[in-house]
Amino acid sequence: MEPVIHLRSAVSLLGRFPALAGVDLDIDRGEIVLLQGPNGAGKTTLLRVCAGLVPVVSGTAVVLGHDLTVDRRSVRARIGLLAHATGLYDDLTVEDNIRFWARAVHAEEGTADAALGRLGLDGRLRSVPVSRLSAGQRRRASIAVFIVRRPELWLLDEPHAGLDRNARDQFDALVREGASRGATIVIASHETERAQGLADRSVTLVGGTVAPREEPHARAVGDGETFSNPTDVDPRPGPEALRAP
Amino acid sequence: MLRDAWLMAGKDLRLEWRSRVVLNQIAPLALLFLVLFAFGLDPDKGLLDKATPGLYWVAVLFCGLLAVQRSFALESTDGNRDALRMSGLEPGGIFLGKFSAIAAQLLALEALLLAGVAILYSARLDGFGLLALTCVVATAAIAAAGTLYGVLAAGLRVRETLLPLLLLPVLAPVLLGSTRAFEAALSGTTTDGWPWVGLIAIFALVYVGAGIAAFGSLMEET
Repeated sequence: MEPVIHLRSAVSLLGRFPALAGVDLDIDRGEIVLLQGPNGAGKTTLLRVCAGLVPVVSGTAVVLGHDLTVDRRSVRARIGLLAHATGLYDDLTVEDNIRFWARAVHAEEGTADAALGRLGLDGRLRSVPVSRLSAGQRRRASIAVFIVRRPELWLLDEPHAGLDRNARDQFDALVREGASRGATIVIASHETERAQGLADRSVTLVGGTVAPREEPHARAVGDGETFSNPTDVDPRPGPEALRAP
Repeated sequence: MLRDAWLMAGKDLRLEWRSRVVLNQIAPLALLFLVLFAFGLDPDKGLLDKATPGLYWVAVLFCGLLAVQRSFALESTDGNRDALRMSGLEPGGIFLGKFSAIAAQLLALEALLLAGVAILYSARLDGFGLLALTCVVATAAIAAAGTLYGVLAAGLRVRETLLPLLLLPVLAPVLLGSTRAFEAALSGTTTDGWPWVGLIAIFALVYVGAGIAAFGSLMEET
């Protein structure tokens, strides 16, 4: 089976600086992979390359069957990138933001409401402008936008940043649900203990290249959940999934 | 593409409705332009009468510049540009949506400025059909060129100063044509104005076409 992410000697530049200096990496469908490494190792650039936002100047980069050296645009709608920046419009309300992005990706009716409910944004907060939210609430709103996109490939850059303990646990449950439905998930995080509990294996980046040793993990399993990584189901969570506790 | 354009235009107009930047800041500034021009030229009423069309369109151009900058400032904060690139929306649709929202705001400002020149400069708004059509085609030209150069400058650190430098020379033919058309309308010789309207319409069509074709590449490369 073709890997969801296939990089060979992938080089990407930030200005003249090689942020990725020949990365070799394969990630299969349904895997959860923790990307770790020191600051400046290239984790964020690797996620942005996989999202098709940053070009690969040499080497091979194939994501979801699309050669990113030929076409970076057409695959993006199938990918979700949860980055440091939230991608929210400050002057719009939480609900306006989520409905806009839901319509942009042709989400089913009810998906936006389900995401608002799932992230605890369905009460008073739904009509509050994003500019008045706390950092943690903004983060929850950006996660709500992320899940209405129903991506097949989840690229999560420090996803726990700004979330309180309860919200982190809820987010981890969401990640496990995504994986159980066959989504492929890459997490770049410095919170290695928590992220290792989610991941199947970890990959370490150092100086823009993958360090030789990969570490397999026993993925932690939530209450009553099974994680067989099925490949024959729609990997995108529907509105019903978002409503699940 | 039209569905995406409708979605983008709705979002931009909703953002304006919630923030009221055009209403509370750009519209008063537009009127302030007219007042300052009147102060500057008031001792010579004849000169003010002659200069009214040009002053009107210079004020419109500055307002258009501010509206374009505002439109792209919204997309430059907190990862919104990347979010748009990841959205799967058609680049041509994004262009048409932003173009439409800027044009709608600019038309409202032009109506306000027309009332301003009628009151402050005692201009008689004869030839209303020519005035209205000139406003429509010139607005389309300003909004289309503004949207195209707006996205070009938006990804750059010096966007605030670069955008006027890029855009104003390009809009010089629109300023010339719309001023001449307004002069014809205000002096009652409307037949002299229609060729200028045609010229601006061609300019607008070229920029709308170029915008639809090039917007995606410009969003990627800058």
